[in-house]
Amino acid sequence: MEKRTDKNSYTILFAIGMVIVVGSLLAFAAAGFKDRIDENKRIEKQLNILYAMGVNENEGNDMSFVSKDKVGGEFSKYITKQLIIQGDEITEDENAYLLDLKKEHNLAKDPKHERRLPLLIGEKEGVIYYIAPIRGKGLWDAIWAYVAMDKDMVILGAFFDHKGETAGLGANINQRFFMDDFIGEHLMDSNGAFKGVNVSKSNADPKNIDKTDNEVDAIAGATITGNGVAAMIKSELKLYVSYFKNLKN
Amino acid sequence: MGLLSKKDAALIKDPLFDNNPVTIQVLGICSALAITAELEASIVMAIAVLFVLGIGNVLISLMRNIIPSKIRIIVQLVVVATLVIIVDLVLKAYAYELSKTLSVFVGLIITNCIIMGRFEAFALANSPWQSFLDGIGNAAGYGIILVMVGFFRELLGAGTLLGIPVLGDPIEKTGLYALGYENNGFMLLAPMALITLGIIIWAQRSRNKALIED
Repeated sequence: MEKRTDKNSYTILFAIGMVIVVGSLLAFAAAGFKDRIDENKRIEKQLNILYAMGVNENEGNDMSFVSKDKVGGEFSKYITKQLIIQGDEITEDENAYLLDLKKEHNLAKDPKHERRLPLLIGEKEGVIYYIAPIRGKGLWDAIWAYVAMDKDMVILGAFFDHKGETAGLGANINQRFFMDDFIGEHLMDSNGAFKGVNVSKSNADPKNIDKTDNEVDAIAGATITGNGVAAMIKSELKLYVSYFKNLKN
Repeated sequence: MGLLSKKDAALIKDPLFDNNPVTIQVLGICSALAITAELEASIVMAIAVLFVLGIGNVLISLMRNIIPSKIRIIVQLVVVATLVIIVDLVLKAYAYELSKTLSVFVGLIITNCIIMGRFEAFALANSPWQSFLDGIGNAAGYGIILVMVGFFRELLGAGTLLGIPVLGDPIEKTGLYALGYENNGFMLLAPMALITLGIIIWAQRSRNKALIED
């Protein structure tokens, strides 16, 4: 005799019931934790931005952010202004750093839409930092960065991170040996045109002494992630060039 | 153990040693290789699997008489996936840095063969209490190996345990480093996890010859 649980009708009803129960359970859980998770993400952004402008607790070769409890205070102390640039229009927005770059990328596919660019201005020991949050594509998934520049678009500090690059290879873009190479690199070439920073495998300057060659050394085995970093810098930071040109006039 | 009958106690004890899911059944190797570069990540992974397997086994066992046999694997997957998503959400909310370290590996718990293996082989045919013990036992057996591998990899690879330097300072050359000792960065790469695991398997089988297969 066929068992009750072997019937097709029972199987279908069971499947439907299971989906409803599990679906609503997960929806409740996700909604319940949402606030805390968003708060964690916000703190992480603040830590990364401060790291890019050199507000961190790096010691020797170690890499360390400022402590989580202090981050809110440090952020409002060092970040003096937050801007959203849209074409020629510049507005102040105290939550500019939370602007969803993924959404902006998608909106920008519509040629009529003018991209909104977040830019944070920080000041530390008399030096003004212009910090641009940017986002691009690595090998597997998204990569992003906070690049701190001076008014001549010379990089003062950078923080890179990624969603799912290969551990031990592309994932190392968030390590100091890679990020520190960017410090001092010029984004402009000698004629004052925007060139970006190439992540190069045939770099004649592996010790990175020449800061005006628009090149840093690539990570061996992480070609596509490295190319993604270079492409992200080139296409995204270029959008800020007109802002920096206006700054000088 | 007065609390548990002899048979129940064996459910917990066997997978810890003589029927260990990692070293004897060679299951769950991928995560054992991937996340054991640090002791902390190993411990958290072990706890997460303990949670998922303990509860999952009970849920599957409770439903064992109503699960349609035609879609039982799908039902098992849904149970694992649900628990894993909950673990992931909790980690993101309460241990954010750790969830970044574990990132994809938490998702990979779903594919951890130990879990589906215990659901299919044990929970579908046994009572919830026994299934719970079996789940805890197997997860703990997995966890012990993970922690052992993580301990040696972090100690020899980075000279730290749980992120705290224990062998002195490699830059200032204090402690062991003053004697010319160097960290072996190779230990942090996945191949050395496999070799460490191999050494554990070797040690275990030379202690108990009955475990050696022909």
